[in-house]
Amino acid sequence: MAYKIIASQCTQCGACEFECPTAAIKMKGDTYIIDPNKCVECVGHFDKPQCDAVCPVPKTCVKAK
Amino acid sequence: MDEDFVSLDELRSVTADDIPLEAPATSSGCSSKSCGSSGGQGDMPAEVWEKIKDHPCYSEEAHHYFARMHVAVAPACNIQCNYCNRKYDCANESRPGVVSEKLTPDQALRKVVTVANEVPQLSVLGIAGPGDACYDWRKSKATFEAVSKAIPDIKLCISTNGLALPDHVDELAKMNVDHVTITINMVDPEIGTKIYPWIFYNHRRYTGLEASQILHERQMLGLEMLTARGILTKINSVMIPGVNDEHLKVVNAEVKKRGAFLHNIMPLISDPAHGTHYGLTGQRGPTHAELKTLQDACAGGANLMRHCRQCRADAVGLLGEDRGQEFTLNQIPEEVSYDPAQRDTYRQVVARERADHVDAKSRAIADLMAAADAPILVAVATKGGGRVNQHFGHAREFQVYEASAKGVSFVGHRKVEDAYCQGGFGEDATLTSTIATLEGITAVLCAKVGDCPKDELSRAGIIVSDAYAYEYIENAISNFYLNEIGSAAPQARSA
Repeated sequence: MAYKIIASQCTQCGACEFECPTAAIKMKGDTYIIDPNKCVECVGHFDKPQCDAVCPVPKTCVKAK
Repeated sequence: MDEDFVSLDELRSVTADDIPLEAPATSSGCSSKSCGSSGGQGDMPAEVWEKIKDHPCYSEEAHHYFARMHVAVAPACNIQCNYCNRKYDCANESRPGVVSEKLTPDQALRKVVTVANEVPQLSVLGIAGPGDACYDWRKSKATFEAVSKAIPDIKLCISTNGLALPDHVDELAKMNVDHVTITINMVDPEIGTKIYPWIFYNHRRYTGLEASQILHERQMLGLEMLTARGILTKINSVMIPGVNDEHLKVVNAEVKKRGAFLHNIMPLISDPAHGTHYGLTGQRGPTHAELKTLQDACAGGANLMRHCRQCRADAVGLLGEDRGQEFTLNQIPEEVSYDPAQRDTYRQVVARERADHVDAKSRAIADLMAAADAPILVAVATKGGGRVNQHFGHAREFQVYEASAKGVSFVGHRKVEDAYCQGGFGEDATLTSTIATLEGITAVLCAKVGDCPKDELSRAGIIVSDAYAYEYIENAISNFYLNEIGSAAPQARSA
């Protein structure tokens, strides 16, 4: 259960990093990545995953398969 | 070439006392009829004048002398606007939201110090995104704190969409940020739905009418809070024909009511290549004439800013020039230390030059008012200092003034696609587009112009003259009107 960031679409604005309630998002190299071990899809924190709600590019923070 | 005016470019090797003033003026008193942002101090309260007199965006007069820089430390944003595409990083375009590189607060500090050492005109540090400076607050705050410690006299300025603004007003006041720009495109949320597809607020995304309602309430609250604390505000509005153009008159009245100091109505920039919603759906921007008509209709409300260049979130230099590419990260030293000498010297020179300019200008305007008849638009090629001092072919923009029996007033600027003269010889194709840019202009005043472009513009009905080279802009325009447009005025060339 985790989200991931589609690196090719990410603008590196960093909004997801500071909205993430579990500090699962970090800059790595040129882009942000989500640590699947820390991501809880915001369950228990917010109604919807914050990274997806704030991301300016549609379908960039998505459920990892 | 010999330019015997005060060259503000050549300050490096001299002190203020070495620099002579050209044609020192002797007259007295400011006759400026517009004592808001467009003229000198006039009857403006001293504490307000003190805040704006060196700020190129808040004072039209200051923009001839002083430069600003933006540092792109705030890339995150909390709303989506239909005129913005967040994926766009570009070195070659000049419009808000575009940057070459994002900076950390540490990198920003090094950049500001480097620029302050090399650009003596620098007076203001602004954070204008490329996202929202109030939403990406930790980085904005860290940058302001570090820079004001290193350069205590630099003015701090911030630009925001307003949604997160009320949360930070007290901190802004504490850090002496005395200029805040809020982008307000509507005061009617129904209209907002055509501009803002969504906002992110209190941990959730809102869309539709609800989104615009929240944004509107937060903008008005933020503006009122700033006014209550004596912080000067500039309201930016993007004029979107068919969406909010007529409505901006209501916006002007509403923001004035809440204490806004300046209202800056800017034309929508829209191009499919920019990948914005408006660009892709063919929403057009306004023409020069439509923009001026709306601005004129708002006269009497909140003071209007007409000299905005809609600059990038990493712009450096005088408005109208962008030296950002000279100060990219790879050109900035690892270790920097601030040397105040350049900026101090420059300020002394400007203080003298400015007093002279105000005097000379008021006399020129009085001459014109006594004699002028029909209003005309005059374009000026200038590279700063308030003088006609740029070659026609080098101008990347022209500043446009209206001369009439009411005096000389700044109207706006016209950008030139590519400067006409590239390395000594002109290009016909560019001249055609320059002529199109100058639509409605009676005359262009510049420091120098070749016969060829002069003849071609003459055939298009535009006078180009270098007879007023290096004069103060208002004097040049007044003298041109009196000498060449005709009137009974005998003592035309007074200053």
